[in-house]
Amino acid sequence: MHISDGTRLMLRIGTGITLAFIWIPLVVIGIYAFNESRSQAWPIEGLTTEWFSKAFDNPGVREAVWTSVQAGLGATALAMILGTLAALAVSRYRFFGRETISFLVILPIALPGIVTGMALNSTFTQVLNVDLTLFTIIVGHATFCIVVVYNNAVARLRRTGTSLEEASQDLGADGWQTFRHITLPSLRSALVAGALLAFALSFDEIIVTTFTAGSEQTLPIWIFTNYSRPNQLPIVNVVGLLLILISIIPVYLANRLTQDPTGTAAPGAGGAAAAASAH
Amino acid sequence: MARQEDGPQDAPAVRLNGVRKLYGDVVAVDHVDLAIDRDEFFTMLGPSGSGKTTCLRMIAGFERPDEGAIELGGSDVTGVPPFERDVNTVFQDYALFPHMSVGENVEYGMRIRKVPKDERRRRASEALELVRLGGYEDRRTTQLSGGQRQRVALARALVNRPAVLLLDEPLGALDLKLRQQMQDELRTIQGEVGITFVYVTHDQEEALTMSDRLAVFNDGRIEQVGAPADVYEHPANEFVAGFVGVSNIVERDGRRVTIRPEKVRILEEPDRGDGFEVEEGRIREVSYAGMVTRFVVELDRGGELQVVRQNLEMSSQDALEQRGRRVRVGWAGEHAYAIPEAATTEEDS
Repeated sequence: MHISDGTRLMLRIGTGITLAFIWIPLVVIGIYAFNESRSQAWPIEGLTTEWFSKAFDNPGVREAVWTSVQAGLGATALAMILGTLAALAVSRYRFFGRETISFLVILPIALPGIVTGMALNSTFTQVLNVDLTLFTIIVGHATFCIVVVYNNAVARLRRTGTSLEEASQDLGADGWQTFRHITLPSLRSALVAGALLAFALSFDEIIVTTFTAGSEQTLPIWIFTNYSRPNQLPIVNVVGLLLILISIIPVYLANRLTQDPTGTAAPGAGGAAAAASAH
Repeated sequence: MARQEDGPQDAPAVRLNGVRKLYGDVVAVDHVDLAIDRDEFFTMLGPSGSGKTTCLRMIAGFERPDEGAIELGGSDVTGVPPFERDVNTVFQDYALFPHMSVGENVEYGMRIRKVPKDERRRRASEALELVRLGGYEDRRTTQLSGGQRQRVALARALVNRPAVLLLDEPLGALDLKLRQQMQDELRTIQGEVGITFVYVTHDQEEALTMSDRLAVFNDGRIEQVGAPADVYEHPANEFVAGFVGVSNIVERDGRRVTIRPEKVRILEEPDRGDGFEVEEGRIREVSYAGMVTRFVVELDRGGELQVVRQNLEMSSQDALEQRGRRVRVGWAGEHAYAIPEAATTEEDS
């Protein structure tokens, strides 16, 4: 395709602006993390690493990280089981309402998180009458984590088709043996990618968490609460920087694991990326 | 795997009794009856959508007939799942397991049936020897060529020593040379292992070359079953005449007659064509095909015939100059085969 010099320049400027939009605020957080002064003002007066050790020693941060890790692992585990089963059902069996079920599984990712949060909160506190704990956070996160796992699994199942499973049955393997020896291994990388993305989604989720956490504090909630407290702000900046670094890893790995462009969310996992993969 | 040994010894290897299969409103297979003998190389030939692959899949157990019964070695297996049938399949797309090596692919069936590891290894390497892939055990399947994959698929099925081996257009993805080579090899292997082969193809030449007997499928039904020469020379109806070989049909004296193109001669002077049926016509089309030249001759009495002549002395230039020339053609009376009356009513379908 021929691109004129003028167009080329415009594209370069556009790309530059886009990258600036995304990355400059993140760089600002990164610089503030090293800010010597407790009060936040631009430009910063000097550099220090003392907030890093303060952040590591802060019991609130430690507890919040641990809660987030537990919530992420729990939601991912739940999503792996349910998402895989749903994907198998929808892509390997013909039954009444199959298309509808597929749609209903994917839909929650497109719903506003605040609605999901309200709905879960009402259901937990009023209908089921359970306390809001780590468990309710996990269930809440699983509602959108399932979609990521499901989408990855469905895309892979569609691509591999049924002929491998037929070949396995033809060679004497019953349904369970075929699942164990053939279906699951061919799903493995898609499931790992789905799990990484699910964990990344859960780890930085705040809206649904706000409605389902009760007195528990996940890391995003801890940040949100402490951001408005001037004496905690330097630590918040450090935690923010670390979160940026940590969330790049699973998304990068997930991208590497699935070569299927339709099967997985794009880098920068968040609700929007996962929603894009929903189709 | 349950061996179907409880049936009588002289029962056919495969029997289809009034088998019917519908997909929605579409009749894929319509009351097919078929008996395939033990150790036979049997081919199901037909155009795509004629029901041959559906029949194969019903024998394998992937599809259940809506009506009728399927027997293997004399016992009814209509409701038996594929993993309990003593048949193995070579799939059209080979369906090799991508996460396993060649050796692991071939050993899979035995691993499932808990054959001891040593025996598994030995039999797998024997099977790979048989398909001329000895020593390929540790290769990844993705490193293989199409022809090699096809052989692995064959070894993976044969190694289980099934009573019946089903082959679903196994050579369809190969280029012509390799296909002809594999046709010969499949024949040889079938002779060596003594297993009933049921072979599905839409390639009539393949069917004629390889089979002991073949069934011609059309529109979910079987039009004719017989030995290749029988089907080729005495087609039961117009469909068979046209599908197996070249449709070379003319109407004479109210009967529809088929003459195979290689049986028709272009008579050069002074050949009077004594003892032949002789007609006059004009060469409408000539195509030079290396070994042979094909002529289309428009007959004065109506209709046209394809004529194939070996290029014994003729060059391509000679051949092409024949176009438009008036000729006399002749054929021996016994080579003009009148298609049975009853079947000609199917002309319109």
